[in-house]
Order: sequence, then structure tokens, then C-alpha cells
Amino acid sequence: MKHERKLGRGVAVVGAGMSKFGMFKDKGSKDLFLEAFYEAIASIDKGMDPKDIDAIYFGNFSNDFFVHQGHWGPIISDLIGHVPRSSTRTEGACASGALAFREGVFAIASGFYDVVLVGGAEEMSKLPTEKVTEGLALATSPYESKVGFTFPGVFGATATAYFARYGANREHLMNVTIKSHNNAPLNPKAQFPTSIRDIMNSKIHKAREKGDTVPEWKDEKDFLRDPKANPVVAWPMHLYDCSPISDGGSCMILVAEEIAKNFTDTPLYIVGIGQGSGGGLHAKDDLACFEATRYAAKEAYQMSGLKPDDIQGCEVHDCFSIAEIIHLEDLGFFKPGEGYKAVSEGLTCLDGPKPINTSGGLKCKGHPVGATGVAQLYEIWKQLRGEAGERQVPTKGLRFGAAHNLGGTGGTCTFTILERRN
Amino acid sequence: MNELQFNDASYEQFLNEEKLMGSKCTRCGTLSVPPRPICVKCYGSEMEWVEMKGKGTLAAFTCITVAPPFMIAQGFDRKHPYCSGVVELEEGARVDARIEGVDASKPEDIKMGMPLKVKFLHWGEGENQETFLAFQPA
Repeated sequence: MKHERKLGRGVAVVGAGMSKFGMFKDKGSKDLFLEAFYEAIASIDKGMDPKDIDAIYFGNFSNDFFVHQGHWGPIISDLIGHVPRSSTRTEGACASGALAFREGVFAIASGFYDVVLVGGAEEMSKLPTEKVTEGLALATSPYESKVGFTFPGVFGATATAYFARYGANREHLMNVTIKSHNNAPLNPKAQFPTSIRDIMNSKIHKAREKGDTVPEWKDEKDFLRDPKANPVVAWPMHLYDCSPISDGGSCMILVAEEIAKNFTDTPLYIVGIGQGSGGGLHAKDDLACFEATRYAAKEAYQMSGLKPDDIQGCEVHDCFSIAEIIHLEDLGFFKPGEGYKAVSEGLTCLDGPKPINTSGGLKCKGHPVGATGVAQLYEIWKQLRGEAGERQVPTKGLRFGAAHNLGGTGGTCTFTILERRN
Repeated sequence: MNELQFNDASYEQFLNEEKLMGSKCTRCGTLSVPPRPICVKCYGSEMEWVEMKGKGTLAAFTCITVAPPFMIAQGFDRKHPYCSGVVELEEGARVDARIEGVDASKPEDIKMGMPLKVKFLHWGEGENQETFLAFQPA
């Protein structure tokens, strides 16, 4: 980075919404985005006329593949009566939503627009798992997919490299899963709002009712070790290491900083924003990290003047359990090789010193890929404004929160830091 | 051989001929497999072809049970997993490859760092022939 990154003028978030995430036979992308849009508009404390929205940036990875429909910018524009004003689709695989957010920020920072809607949606559950796997694999590097790598496969291989380097193992990954499943029941929008313990108990109860052999799991890890309960997907990634197939939508309203107080007394300011890119597995200098995340973090920290220790809560892209652990290190929260220990020690729990994925993360909240980037920032919006309900972090004087979004197998990574100033 | 462009099509063509080829930057000597038209270290664009010996070690791997359709067509599924990995070549570069000759249903027995040698997996016939880069225990 030759010169300092900064915005031409300040940008603030004044409203945010997300649909419930899940698998919905009866809801399409438009329905799900609309849920998020209504909530975002209603969340603007002093109100906003949607006619004041200058432009839309909409993240969608591959509805082209999932529901055979492309060109989502104008579809969303038409849906909310925004025509003939501009509407642009962004694509960065699972980071498509964060790219929409960034484009919105830059459009306002440049002085061109004052009020911008950013969001995203994805509709993945209409296809069988094998087809969804094929669809997602479109975002791997061509050299990876050619030799059979799937998405979980790339992260599985990354896990073996991390394990070999730092002495971690599957048991450490389980701590990530258990933690996310503990947070999710506190999030009414989550796709899987159930703790691992409750899933175990429910399976035991069902086995008893049916008269089947009752499983004898000693604890959550014992359940996760059971290949019948937790089958392998791409070793060492098992079912409970993987984020699910999801449908959902998300939405945020961004405005120029100088008019933010017209809409709310508690806007959140974009103080750091970064993005990096990366090649495939074979091109990485270090198989146990994501260089694009490190670069994105460097940009955002430099712009904000903040350090990793200043971030009081973060949504981290946990498409797979190993991804959360490695990103904790790449974002500077813990030293390389220390991320898995930090999770084991409970440091990333809701009431720990560095709460991570209080929403339940992609693993439990759900991962409708185009909606994810803005949905992560929605969680930070809720937390920083003290509106996260039962999952509100207990930290006093919350000021800085962040979200990290990853696309593909690390090809696109973003890091965004939000600040509450009062 | 030098007339061939340093691109994916040439790389695939060489694989069909059972050659694992990379590009070497004539300015700084950086090796890339698959070949690259632009050197990522010095931005040089004068390249020469180099054939790899086809020996390496296992740098990362996964055993996949939920396979994409083109792998299912090759006979893999939940009961018949396959192994894909990253191989560090003796020459220093890394490549993504199928890992053959290991039991993908027993991933615990597959050893990181194990020595490997190249194997070319041909699939389809005539114009539809494709070659997948694979490695197997040396």
C-alpha cells in the first residue's frame, strides 16, 4: 500500500434488516429480500422515504445457477419501485454482499450519491445437495475444481496443512461448532437455532420413542465424533464443520455522514474498509492462512488507525470451522497458531473477551451466499446499537465492531469496521 | 515447443501427452506450474517451458465423499470417496492434483509429507479426451 486509504467523505449506516434464514419452499429471492428491506426501512429511527434512495447495489453469487435467473439488479429495483434509478449487481462468490456494501460506501464517499441501499439475496435450496455443491464449486479456482476439489474439499485440505503446522486436530474444530450452536438459539433469524446438546437430546428422545438403539454420547464432542451423527463431507470437514445450504436476504441503508443525523441519533460510521484477493491453493505461499484476509485487514486497520485489540466483537466468515480459526489469526486477533487455542479457552464466546459470531455464524445462522456479507454487518449493527436482545454481548461502552467476509476459497476477502460514536 | 502460449490450453495439451510442464521467468527465474504468461514476482513476460520431474511430497489433502456430478460420473460417491491434494514438487512449485493409490476411506492413514510421483489420468476418448493431473505414492 503506497498511500493511506481513506474515504472522500464519511459514510454511515442508518438502517438494517435481514430475512429469516433457512430453506424455504414457498419463498423466492424477491420475497426474502423484501423481508429484509421492510425491516431496514422500519429500523430508521426518524424514518425515510424510499424515494430518497439514489441507487442500489445488490450482491448475488449465482442465482443464475441455483434458480436459472440472472441480472438481479433491475429485478430488485423493479420490486421496490426504484425504477428508473440505478441498480447494480455485485459478484464475489460468498463475498458478493460485502462487495455491494463497499460499492455503496464508495459511491457515497465519492460525492456522487447521498443515500444508497445495499443488500443481497441467494436462493440455494431448490436444488439437491450434489447440484448445490457443483454450483458453489464454480467459485473455486479452475485448477482446484479440475482435480475434484469441492468447497468443503479446499477447506479440508487447508485444515490438514494447519493441523500439520500447528499441532491442532479435529477436536479443536469441534469447539467452534459447539460455540456457534450455543449462540444461535439466541438469534430468532437463525436457520439452526439449536445447541449441539439439544440436538443430541432430541435424537436420543426420538430413538427411544421409535424403539431404536439409544445412542450413548457422553458429551457434545462424543456426539460430533460419531460418524453416524456427523458424517464426513470432505475429510477432515464433517457435516457439523460446514455451513448449510440456505435461502435469505439482507439490506442496509447507507447515507453521507453529514446527513446521517437526519435519520437517526445513533448511526454507525464506516471507519475501516478493506478488500484483498487471492489465487488458488497451489498459488498460496502459505497453505495455513488466507493472504487476502490479511491484506483486507491491513487496509482497514490502517484506514481506521485501530488495532485488532480495539475490535470488541466480530462476525468472521466461518463457512467451515477451520476458516473461523484461521481468520481469527489472519485478522490479528490471535497470533498464527494460537487461534485454535483461543477458541478452546472460550475467549471467543459471547461473554468472552473477543466475542466472535454472536449471530451463530454462517454455520448456524445460515449462509445464503449473496446475502451473507450484509447480514454479518447487520449483526454488528444490532450489537453496537444494543439491540441484539438475548445475544447482546455484555461488554460495556461498545464502540467498534467488525465483519469479515470471504468469497470462494479465499479469492475475495473483505474486512469492515463500524463505529458507534455516542 | 516455445511457440506454445503460456496458458491453460497448452498446459492441458501437455498433460494429454503425459508431460507436467511449467513456465520459468527468464528474468528472475521464478517457476510457475501451471504456466503463467506474466511473472508474479517481477512482472516479466519472457517465459520458457520447463518439464517437471514429476516427483514431490504431499502438502495438504482432503478425502471427498460429497462429490460434484463430474466426479460421480467417474464412479465416486458417499461410499466411494476420493482424495484430492496439493503436491509440493521437487522443483519447488505446488500443484493441485488427484491423489491416487491411497485409501480415501481411511484418511487417518494418509501421511502429510509422503513422497509422491506423477500419474496422468486420461478420461474420455478422441476430442473429448481430458487428462487429470494425479500423484501416487512413490
